[in-house]
Amino acid sequence: MTAIDTSRLLTDRYGLPDSHTLAAAEKAGAYATARKVLTSIQPDAIKAEVKAANIRGRGGAGFPAGMKWGFLPPKDPNKPVYLVINADEGEPGTFKDRTIMEQDPHRLLEGCIIAMRAIGANVTYIYVRCELVVSIQRLEQGIRDLRARGFLGPRPFGVDHPMDIHVHPGAGAYICGEETSLLNSLEGYRGEPRLKPPFPAVAGAFGMPTIVNNVETIASVPDILKLGGAAWSALSRLPNDGGTRLYGVSGHVKNPHVFEGPVGLTLREMIDRCGGMLDPTRPLKAVIPGGSSTPVLRPEDLVHAPDPAHPLHAWHGKSHIDVPMGVDTMRNLGTMLGTCCAIVMDSSVNMVEAARNLMRFYHHESCGQCTPCREGTGWLAEICDRIVDGEASEADVDLLVDVSNNMMGNTICALADGTAMPMLAFVRKFRGEFLEAARKGGVADGRLDRAVASLLGGRAA
Amino acid sequence: MPFQLTPDREKHAEELFTRYPTRRAACIPLLHLCQQQNGWVSEEVIAYVAGRIGLTTAQVQGVVTFYTMFHQQPVAPNVVWVCRTLSCEIRGAKRIQEHLEERLGCHVGGVSRDGKFSLKKAECLAACGQAPMIQLNDDLHENLTLESLDRILDAVAARTPAPPANAPHLSAPHGHAAQKE
Repeated sequence: MTAIDTSRLLTDRYGLPDSHTLAAAEKAGAYATARKVLTSIQPDAIKAEVKAANIRGRGGAGFPAGMKWGFLPPKDPNKPVYLVINADEGEPGTFKDRTIMEQDPHRLLEGCIIAMRAIGANVTYIYVRCELVVSIQRLEQGIRDLRARGFLGPRPFGVDHPMDIHVHPGAGAYICGEETSLLNSLEGYRGEPRLKPPFPAVAGAFGMPTIVNNVETIASVPDILKLGGAAWSALSRLPNDGGTRLYGVSGHVKNPHVFEGPVGLTLREMIDRCGGMLDPTRPLKAVIPGGSSTPVLRPEDLVHAPDPAHPLHAWHGKSHIDVPMGVDTMRNLGTMLGTCCAIVMDSSVNMVEAARNLMRFYHHESCGQCTPCREGTGWLAEICDRIVDGEASEADVDLLVDVSNNMMGNTICALADGTAMPMLAFVRKFRGEFLEAARKGGVADGRLDRAVASLLGGRAA
Repeated sequence: MPFQLTPDREKHAEELFTRYPTRRAACIPLLHLCQQQNGWVSEEVIAYVAGRIGLTTAQVQGVVTFYTMFHQQPVAPNVVWVCRTLSCEIRGAKRIQEHLEERLGCHVGGVSRDGKFSLKKAECLAACGQAPMIQLNDDLHENLTLESLDRILDAVAARTPAPPANAPHLSAPHGHAAQKE
């Protein structure tokens, strides 16, 4: 058996002519695994492979997908099970799921077919944010082609397990990437998160048992079944966090893009794969590792783990950007892996201004249901504004910390925590910059685009 | 005058209802369908959707106001969304917005001098690696420079007929005026 190219497994059909069409995808191997799995493997065995694959959810929380599937209650004939795909990609910095839906929608659809078989679902809803028009068109065309081909319908691959897939468009709300908010939106309500429990596996879409998975998670399922869970898991460089995954890099690198690699690349490797820093005279200042809700890292911070029992001991004394990117390693580093799409910032970026940009985002996107989040995101944005505008005092920097601490853990969903955690990291790691701005009265010119002024053309800004 | 879908869209609407176990779940796709036809979600559209689904107009209004992609006022024939979230911002999004404002002669939230474009600010549009970018109607335009932006706008402006002087979007009140920078 030839060695597996860990940079071209999930993405092996990217770049083929018409890779989004059923004809091209099938010619390149799509649905061979689904056919084999549906006709020869029992649902429980499918679940066992996914569990053995150690795949951690690709949507940001990193929950083991195999375990999630295991939370479904025993099959009740009166309660249909739903599979819901979270394709509401909107975490700032994250642009990976879109590549799957645009370049290889059939990998996701094949994953849906296998997953429906495993969990006993007959219907999948793919919740796609409506702004991704090409993704929606290609998924819908793919679904029509699958129905015509008989891969969806009463007897896919001759197996008595009726299946259908529908695309459900969002309407512009970051919060709908939160799974219970997504379910409310799917049901035609305002996208406000629900209290848990009950968890979706017990009472999800339309009150029925529901599994909500990210696009990339389900798109990985065909490869897991093709290689076998254990073999797929072993492609990773880390334990308990298997396989290959998509990495995205945006910001101040030469060639920002999405690429595939084994789980466990370091941030430094990610930057190198993107051609290095945009301008070699402006060094790396900070990197947000996995979408804007993950606390920022600095290259000069070193891992302090002298105790051999510490999970990060192997990287003791190394830079934070030299620690492999995994769900557990990043958590131990005090941040999160999130969506594994990094935002790279060079020395031209003022961190107060960067924090303000994100706080405005969260203020705009808070659904307003819980007071600590509705008010807290607003105050964080307002205080950042004050500091940038030179209307703040040094005490306002501590107020940012105070407000953040009062948001954490006090709301229905994770949006407040996802705002407070990065805010706290910005203040802790760049406190000098915040204090200086508060003291001196504002940030020089309030711009974040100094690094690219000459790239955009036109007259100088 | 009460709102009605065209026969083609009406067929699409009927199909939507077959996808879900409840009628209400068709609410958002149905609103999209209506907005496609009407340009924006008017009171008449809300009444129509409420009637089709069996909800009160207040319930539908509640849904409409939650989501940014439903236009609650008339918009120009073309809508430009400029992404200003961090990945785009550090690759020049502010400059893109300034150029748009200068060229169109309006602030974010407004309508261009020629009445052909509405300009809006967007949050992250999942194109962070191709920043800066805009969404113009259904299309994402990525890796923008000021020159490529001009070419894109020129092409769209050229194929958009000038709106009549009494077009509703030219006198519509706007939800938010120019944003503080």
